[in-house]
Order: sequence, then structure tokens, then C-alpha cells
Amino acid sequence: MEYLKLIGILIIIFGFIFKFDVFAVVLISGIVTGLVSGLDIFEILGIIGEAFVNNRLMSIFLIIFPVLAIIERYGLKERASGLISNIKHVSVGKILSIYMSVRSLAAALNIRLGGHVQFVRPLILPMAQAAGEKVKGEQLSKKQDQEVKAYAAAVENFGNFFCQNCFPAASGVLLIQGTLAGLGYSEITLGSIAVASIPVALITVVFTIIQVLLYDRKLKKEGGK
Amino acid sequence: MEQFLKFAPELFFMLCGIVCYDTAYRSLKNTQARIGTSIFWLLLGVIFMFGKLLPSAVTGFLLCIMGLLTATKQVRMGTFKETSIKERQEASNRLGNKIFIPAIAIGAIALLLSFVKVGGKELNGAVTVGAACVVATILACLICKPKVEETRMGTSKLLMQVGAASLLPQLLAALGSVFSEVGIGDLISSIILQIVPSPSIVVGVIIYVLGMVIFTMIMGNGFTAFSVITAGIGVPFVIMQGGDPVVVGALGMTAGFCGTLMTPMAANFNIVPCAVLEIENKWAVIKAQLPMALILIVVHVILMLTLAF
Repeated sequence: MEYLKLIGILIIIFGFIFKFDVFAVVLISGIVTGLVSGLDIFEILGIIGEAFVNNRLMSIFLIIFPVLAIIERYGLKERASGLISNIKHVSVGKILSIYMSVRSLAAALNIRLGGHVQFVRPLILPMAQAAGEKVKGEQLSKKQDQEVKAYAAAVENFGNFFCQNCFPAASGVLLIQGTLAGLGYSEITLGSIAVASIPVALITVVFTIIQVLLYDRKLKKEGGK
Repeated sequence: MEQFLKFAPELFFMLCGIVCYDTAYRSLKNTQARIGTSIFWLLLGVIFMFGKLLPSAVTGFLLCIMGLLTATKQVRMGTFKETSIKERQEASNRLGNKIFIPAIAIGAIALLLSFVKVGGKELNGAVTVGAACVVATILACLICKPKVEETRMGTSKLLMQVGAASLLPQLLAALGSVFSEVGIGDLISSIILQIVPSPSIVVGVIIYVLGMVIFTMIMGNGFTAFSVITAGIGVPFVIMQGGDPVVVGALGMTAGFCGTLMTPMAANFNIVPCAVLEIENKWAVIKAQLPMALILIVVHVILMLTLAF
């Protein structure tokens, strides 16, 4: 039964829906998929172990924790909010709009500026939170604080994803060209793919700015009550 | 030099390992699940530090032990003494804007190093981020003069806070390897092809865009989806009906990214940030991204129909 292989995907979906421990669910999905496809357990563990080690780069942010611990202990957030509260007409939406614009431009130029751990936690989020408190005139409620955090994380993703292909040598553009060449469309230039990626990039920047500015209005309304 | 650069990423992974060991040590002071939590971080430290030396199957086995620990709730957050707002405010008044120097150094140095090329090759990401962090940490020590104990505690606290979730991206990459080894991608595209008869241009475009979105949501990765779905659906349903391959390819890829915005499988973008930014609901980032993702899917269909034909 070829379709039995898809059981791993079902395990993942059910695992997420019923909120089982994700770490274990992913492992079980991998092992079960391997077993029903006729691999033996040592092969499966080998594939999983090798890929995990080869992808350690994804968890390199562990190394940022000591410096984060120090600067947060010595008043980084307090200082950021002090600075922000001196600026007139500041707001969550404006801070995030500026970050979106800079982040997108950098992505389009293949400049690696950004990251949830490198930029958002130490710099963007404290500024956005301080701006939110300024707009509201008081401390953010727990719910609002969580919303500001979620938007800050989302903006980082928007800026990262949709503008990177505007750079002709971005890995996504190379993959598009390589795939199409493999399918028989070999005359395609990297530059033309990058140009074709511009409309979506611009639209995303505009929509993001609209979304975060709308959030400003919501925050102001809630603050007035 | 080139020999050294080959080995350099391992140096920084060793530092990651040390962070894990220290957390394992601190876990012994937990009130709940001391032993389990400690073993979890210890094993992770071993995998970080000796990953290249251990046989892969042994690493896989260690991961299973870690999975057993998380599944039985033996990995817990410790309790830490919070520094008071007053203490932080005092430090902040004393240090002024100098506190931003290390914060900016992390990003700025990593950025600078990303332009450095040795022998025509860019530096490994572990080297650029790792070196930037080491320099930033030294700067932070010089500026703040922190107590060692305090810093160790703060670091362990951060690591326990992000917890096992921070490893999800690596685990999902491992799952992806199993999937591709047994040919899940080809299987799914053959299923889609069986269901869908030969469609009109409009339906073809919609199927291609949705195919990219859904497949990316399942695999958690737009790149994996692109080659499979473009070969299986994009070429026969869109390009062979007269669509410009340049536009179809470019939009197909970003259509996949709309899927990335909506799936917990893209854990490094959607789940880990919740842990890093201390967001309690792990679906919160996906929820904030959902309206954008849905609107952009419609935008992709419209753009592909107007620009590619």
C-alpha cells in the first residue's frame, strides 16, 4: 500500500490539533513513516540524526542568549522605552512600518538584517511596546502586550519572505531558475525572475503597513475606555 | 585558513553546547522534574558539541530519549529570582545609551561578516552569527560589568523559556529528510494529478497556487514544495497553456510563502518566535499572519492571470 506512507502527515496533523507534545509527535511521525515504507529502525534513526546535526545552524541563536541576558538585566528595555517616550507622535504601527520598510529593502538587497532573536527581541519589540504604552497613556494589558509581540514577529516574517526574491542571486531565485531549466525552460535569466517578484513584494509592504496602522486605531480605541 | 574555516562552525556549536551544559547544571536546582530536565539539556549539549563525531543512528537514539522526556513532561521550566524593575531602572540610568552598543553589535557585526568572502566563498552562517555574538558578549561584559552567576542564571532562564520548541525546526528538517527518502512528495503530486482533470486556465492557476500553499503547509518549506508542485502542476496546467514561465515561477514560489505563514510546520518562523518573545499562545503568530496570507493568495491568483498571460 503506497498510500500508507502518508500516515506520518496524519500523525502530525492530529498531534498539532490535539496539542500532544510536539517534539515526540514529530519523532513518531518520522519513525512510523520510515517503518511503513520498509526502512529498518537503524536506517531511520540514522537519517533523523544526520539531518538534525546538519541543521544545527537553525538553532545557532542559543549563542545569543548570554548577551541578551546581560543587556536585559542592565536595563535595555527600560532605556528603549525612555527614548521612545520622548518622541512625539510615535505608535506601534509606525515603529513596525519603519521596521517593515527597512527589513524589506535589506532583504531585496540580500542584506541579512533581521531575525526574531537578533533584532526583534532586543530592539524592535521594546520600542513597539513603549510606543504602545505612549499611545494608550498607560501600561498595555496582558492581551495587548501579547498582540504587539505577535505583530512584531509577523512583520519580521513578512519582510523576510516576500522581498528576498527581488535579489537576482537569492537562493529562491536560483531554485526557480534551476527547476524551470530542469523542466526544459532553459532560456530564463535570474534578473527577469527577480523583476517578476517585485509586484508581490511591493503589495506585501503596503498591506503590512495598513495592517499595523489599523492595529494602532484599535489600540487607541481600547485605551480610551 | 580554509582548513580552519571548515572547522570554525564546530567551534561555535561547541559554545552552544556549553550553554546547554550550564542549563543542565542549573536544572538540578529545579523544584520539578530536576533529573529529566537536566538529562534533556545535557543530551542536547552532547549533540551540539559532538554531532559530527557521533554515528548518526546514535544521535537519532539520543533524540528519541529526549522525546520520551518531553512526552512524559519531565522537561520543565525552573523558577528564577526576577531582578526588580527598580534594579534595572538604576542600571539603565547609570549606563545610558551605552546599553544599545551590544544590542546593535549583534546584528551589525553579523551583517558586516556576511559580506566577507574567503577564497570566493561566503562565511558559514554559524561563523557570522557566532562571531558577532562573542564580540557582543564581550562588549556587554565591558559595559555592564555583570556578575558571572547572574549571567549564567539569565542565560539558563532564556534557554528553558524557549525550551524544546526551539529544537522543532531541526527536528522538522529531520522529518523532511525521512519524507523525501521514502518519496512522499512524488506521492502527493501523483494524488493531486489523479484528482484534477485537465482544467481551464483560470482553474489551472488556482490549482497551482493552492497546490503550492497546501504542499508548503504540509512540508513546512516553500522550497521543497516548489520543485515538486511546479513540475507536477505548474508546467502542465499553467505554463503549457501559454503562461510566461518567468512570472509563473516567481509567483509560484511566493505563493508557497503564503503557506509558510499559516503552518506550525514552519516552526522556525511561527513557533520559535512565540517562545523567544514570550508569547503564551503558540498559534498567536500564525493568527496575526492569517489575514495577510489569505489576501496574498488571492493577489497571487490575480497577478498570475494578468501578468503571465
